[in-house]
Amino acid sequence: MSNLIKGRSGLWEVVIGLEIHAQVSSKAKLFSNSATTFAADPNTQVSFVDAGMPGMLPVINSYCVDQAIKSGLGLNGKIEKVSIFDRKNYFYADLPTGYQISQFYHPIVTGGYIDIDLDEKTTKRINITRLHMEQDAGKSTHDLSPTESFIDLNRAGIALMEIVSEPEMHSAKEAQEYVKKIRSILRYLGTCDGNMDEGSFRIDVNVSLHKPDTPFGDRAEIKNINSVKFVGQAIEYEIVRQLGILEDGGSIAQETRLFDPAKGETRSMRSKESAHDYRYFPDPDLKPLILTDERIEKARSEMVELPDAKKARFMTDLGLTAYDADVLVVEKETADFYENILASSQSKDKKLVAKQIANWLTSEVFGAMNRSGISELENIPFKAEYLAELVDLIVGDTISGKIAKDVFAKMWETGDNPNIIVEKQGLKQVSDPKEIENVVANVLERSAKQLEQYKAGKETLFGFFVGQVMKDMKGKANPGLVNEVLKKALS
Amino acid sequence: MTILTQLTISKAKALLTKGEISSKDLVQAHVDAMELKKDLNAFLTPCSDDALKKAERSDTMYKNKTARALEGIPLAYKDNFCTKNVRTTCGSKILANFVPPYEATVTDNLNNQGAINLGKLNMDEFAMGSGNIHSAYGPVTNPWKSKEDPSKKLVPGGSSGGSAASVSAHITMGALGSDTGGSIRQPASFCGIVGIKPTYGLCSRYGMIAFASSLDQAGPLARTVEDTALILQHMAGFDPKDATSIDIKIPEYAKNINKNIKGLKVGVPIEYLEGLHPDGQELVQKGIEWLKAEGAEVKEISLKTTSLALPAYYIIAPAEASSNLARFDGARYGERVKGDSLDEMYANTREEGFGKEVKRRIMIGTYVLSAGYYDAFYTKALKIKHLITEDFNKAFHDVDVLLTPTTPTAAFGIDEKITDPVTMYLNDVYTATANLAGIPGISVPAGLDHNGLPLGLQLLGPRFSEQSLFNIASVIEDAAQFKGLED
Repeated sequence: MSNLIKGRSGLWEVVIGLEIHAQVSSKAKLFSNSATTFAADPNTQVSFVDAGMPGMLPVINSYCVDQAIKSGLGLNGKIEKVSIFDRKNYFYADLPTGYQISQFYHPIVTGGYIDIDLDEKTTKRINITRLHMEQDAGKSTHDLSPTESFIDLNRAGIALMEIVSEPEMHSAKEAQEYVKKIRSILRYLGTCDGNMDEGSFRIDVNVSLHKPDTPFGDRAEIKNINSVKFVGQAIEYEIVRQLGILEDGGSIAQETRLFDPAKGETRSMRSKESAHDYRYFPDPDLKPLILTDERIEKARSEMVELPDAKKARFMTDLGLTAYDADVLVVEKETADFYENILASSQSKDKKLVAKQIANWLTSEVFGAMNRSGISELENIPFKAEYLAELVDLIVGDTISGKIAKDVFAKMWETGDNPNIIVEKQGLKQVSDPKEIENVVANVLERSAKQLEQYKAGKETLFGFFVGQVMKDMKGKANPGLVNEVLKKALS
Repeated sequence: MTILTQLTISKAKALLTKGEISSKDLVQAHVDAMELKKDLNAFLTPCSDDALKKAERSDTMYKNKTARALEGIPLAYKDNFCTKNVRTTCGSKILANFVPPYEATVTDNLNNQGAINLGKLNMDEFAMGSGNIHSAYGPVTNPWKSKEDPSKKLVPGGSSGGSAASVSAHITMGALGSDTGGSIRQPASFCGIVGIKPTYGLCSRYGMIAFASSLDQAGPLARTVEDTALILQHMAGFDPKDATSIDIKIPEYAKNINKNIKGLKVGVPIEYLEGLHPDGQELVQKGIEWLKAEGAEVKEISLKTTSLALPAYYIIAPAEASSNLARFDGARYGERVKGDSLDEMYANTREEGFGKEVKRRIMIGTYVLSAGYYDAFYTKALKIKHLITEDFNKAFHDVDVLLTPTTPTAAFGIDEKITDPVTMYLNDVYTATANLAGIPGISVPAGLDHNGLPLGLQLLGPRFSEQSLFNIASVIEDAAQFKGLED
């Protein structure tokens, strides 16, 4: 497997490391009781502590700590029993205290890894350096007035987990898979909602190029990317940019850049930013964070099944393909939805039903959701268990797969129970051999010409007869039985 | 006739309970004293009207037999304690018009026990100083005069200079101060009163404007050991709003003072006597004799890390201060001086708003935390802090308490321009060790120097030994028969 890219002077290797800022799903901030509701009116979720008022002190929100522990466990990391909050000092208008409380020297989680899927057969392990807790800054708006800036401190003090990867990714695709996997795991754990539009999941990408077997090149950091697609675009752009500079004998400025989605390019931020000396030192207002074994074990006992384990189970126990299993486990909601439907199925052949439900969910349901602009499974027009009933009707030979599609369309339209639709519209499959034999006899009788050709060896006409029978029976005939009866009649 | 401003808190409390005096008269007498002694410049924001109103309410409480522990007792608070709806400047221009919408826990505790705040007390800007000459609102004058030159204005010590001067001059019955490197004990010594820096974590820091968070402790100043104990008892206690606050039960310090020190082991650290002025030497000797006379065993011990304390203190304290004071940027509260850019606004605001000493310490602190210097200075200073703590721990295996001078000298003149900041910093040489180790220290007035100026003796004990310190200080108080200023 080679990820090398070709330049004029030879092959280059791309090296990518990511820092993800995942907002902890918590009703209160990391060091205060202020609310964290998204898009509240500016400065309505700000306590005296958040505003950096004189004499105000931070007090750790232990719920957020538990979420960090769970996340660390979910990422296979080591939970440090002693971690320390440091102050990162810099002046900015949306940083009320003049320092951000973070964990610089002693993070709560060290080490860890996740496995990403590169294709159906290949997975790659990406190591995680650390996960630490820190507080978010507020938001500055500079374009509302030519002479003033506006500050909203609602976000100031919200708990973040910064997850730092080793520089072990070598393509945009690997980086994107890594981002998706981390997001999926945190969403499974419920420790971060992963909502990228609301800024709950932001990505900083470090990209550099070097010739294989030489030291790493200087890197550029592209900050605050908020979509998987943009991660890919930013990296692709950066590779081309850096390759151009390096091949021309130039050097890469170690700097912070921003990705502009409108233009699809990265741009240098003021280089002043990267020249900061943050003067980290342990925050004297907070004691070291000490975790007991009991607390860590309690978090471990509350862990849910994570996507990798679920995928493996779907494949071995339910016989799903890697592809289907993947599609189902990416979002916990989808996996839960799927398993709930499966549980409500009355059929005995669980594997058959599992496969069928997976198909119906990933093709028909997702397709219909796309067409109707529905983004959440919980908002589809019919009850989840109706899908199980529909599949039960198919595997129980009550309706054919073809009729089932019509029933599904009706369910989507009316929200009705499939059994009722089938009943009302008389769609029940005909599995009575006598009835089919009669129709077959009719068809053969009026299709003398085709029958003659068939007997002369044009066997493709078998499908024609099936079609005629089905047409006569309005599609309700049991297709297996039709085949059987026809074969007998034609032999 | 009872002179109300001469009373101790415990005496006043007794008279109030019996109905022999009223809180209104008591507060009025102190408000009058405040007015009369305005030239001391001890108060930055008097709260006279409010205090008198509260006194009337306290009198009703006494009448109804619902009086609380400090009902109707006039106190005053150093201006680094945030007081709800009362201007809190921290001695700085940058907070000239800052009115907090919240109350510090320690003042809240005292208010809830019926204490009445006479006003906010002058201090060195952001509690940085040892002479109260670094206040943006002018120096505080020590009510004591030297025999040699009675016209010479003396410093009250700092940074709780307003607290010490107002207690000493009978303007208030007790005051709150804060002590980061000696800022309660040194002015208490200079003004001939009692002051204690409690164990780190005993008093909540919530609402106390931070100087150096790992060293700052609030504490009381009063004219007697008993009064000091009484105030501490009611201001201390666990506070969930301060993560460094310690959850222990606070004893009834005042009531428990029994003056029994038989068999007590007292250590006198020789390092605290080296090069000490003969006045100080003599006083320590007297202290030793007083304690021995009451049955204590006294012996010399050695605290080898003593000389390292001041250098470490002047790295750790400025480092924390440089970060703590970053929030004073003119953006959300306090004074703002405009600029053409955000950075310019910061620079203009802080240039105008901070005084020279504060700027000096911000610069030192920024320097010692910067990349490349952090390990050489800050990390090393933290190691020294640890060594000093260990040194004290070892000493307290051997002895129960340490007896030292509080300060190298008595009060000096306000106009003695101390141009070398290091000379000024030496004032903290005997006191800063307790802050670094997080242990309690009390200064009790014990005598006068050759100029007739007060000198204090300091007692240092292990963490949470406040009760024992009050007890021993009380013995010294009795023996010294120190005569404070008259009304």
